[in-house]
Amino acid sequence: MMVVCEDLEGRKQMHELSLMENVVQILRTNAAENGIKKITRIQLVVGKMTMAVPDALQFAFEVFKEEKLFKDAVLEIKEEPVRGECKECRQTFEIKDFEFLCPFCSGPQVKLVGGRELYIEFYEGD
Amino acid sequence: MVKVRLATPVLQKNEEVARENRTFFQKQEVFALNLMSSPGSGKTSTLERTIEHLAGSLNLGVIEGDIYTTRDAERIESHGVPVVQINTAGACHLDARMIKPALEDFDFGKLDLLIIENVGNLVCPAEFDLGEDARAVVLSVTEGNDKPMKYPLIFRQAQVVLINKTDLLPYTDCDLDLLEKDLKSINPDLNLFRISARENKGFTPWIAWLREQVKIKKYARESP
Repeated sequence: MMVVCEDLEGRKQMHELSLMENVVQILRTNAAENGIKKITRIQLVVGKMTMAVPDALQFAFEVFKEEKLFKDAVLEIKEEPVRGECKECRQTFEIKDFEFLCPFCSGPQVKLVGGRELYIEFYEGD
Repeated sequence: MVKVRLATPVLQKNEEVARENRTFFQKQEVFALNLMSSPGSGKTSTLERTIEHLAGSLNLGVIEGDIYTTRDAERIESHGVPVVQINTAGACHLDARMIKPALEDFDFGKLDLLIIENVGNLVCPAEFDLGEDARAVVLSVTEGNDKPMKYPLIFRQAQVVLINKTDLLPYTDCDLDLLEKDLKSINPDLNLFRISARENKGFTPWIAWLREQVKIKKYARESP
């Protein structure tokens, strides 16, 4: 048995473009609910562990600027560092170069507590 | 000017559907594995060998994610297992929303294990939860030692890394011990298996791991 499903909504995408698609979809819905016709500013929080590149996110956002709602919108990206918590000594610290090792006790069991953020903090509009 | 505070996760919709998929797998007592890798790592060959090793003992179904073609699905179908192909028409990963309707095409009463072969890519698939029970990454020795440090998220999110093409080791600069050390530094809980899908070598521990997971999933509800 073989079934072929075509995902017709899919199109040529890069990582950041598909993430931006999710962002604009959320904004479209929310703006409509709040009677906002024009968005002027968007603040997006992006953790460094998401592998989303801010420049590429900005580039991807340009695609949506043809839409009236986003025509004058400025996209601000707030990057969050990768942070870990040692499961042994309970210290929290910034993880540099993706080295998941506790700098205090050298313990290898590090819980990721920051860096996976990917959310819209707020937006402004009229 | 209106300011609207959202604090809305960008992938919230995907996560909602992923939760529904996970509940479904739970109810069906089927272990779902998300198989990921970069293109050309030998993901489909690894899956083919895995199917051969499990033939006659476990019933499995396969979801094949591919950008345009049905080539991989045809290869898998020739092994006599039910296959559902999802063409993403360009999208670089599968998401939970694509998996959900595909689940209707299987007879879950007859399945123990569902393997979802994701689109070949080390970046995007890592971000999208499909509702799977575990994630395995196929990483070939010809890709170079630097892959884990360049794409840490996928390895951080996985439970298993299958290091493939070990038969080609003499022809590469790959340092297997260093590669495994880097993988463990990103994720100390990773189960690492050295395999050669071409020569059908090293599959026994991986197959044992898979069988164990299927067993745990099946009997999870019965245990207190």
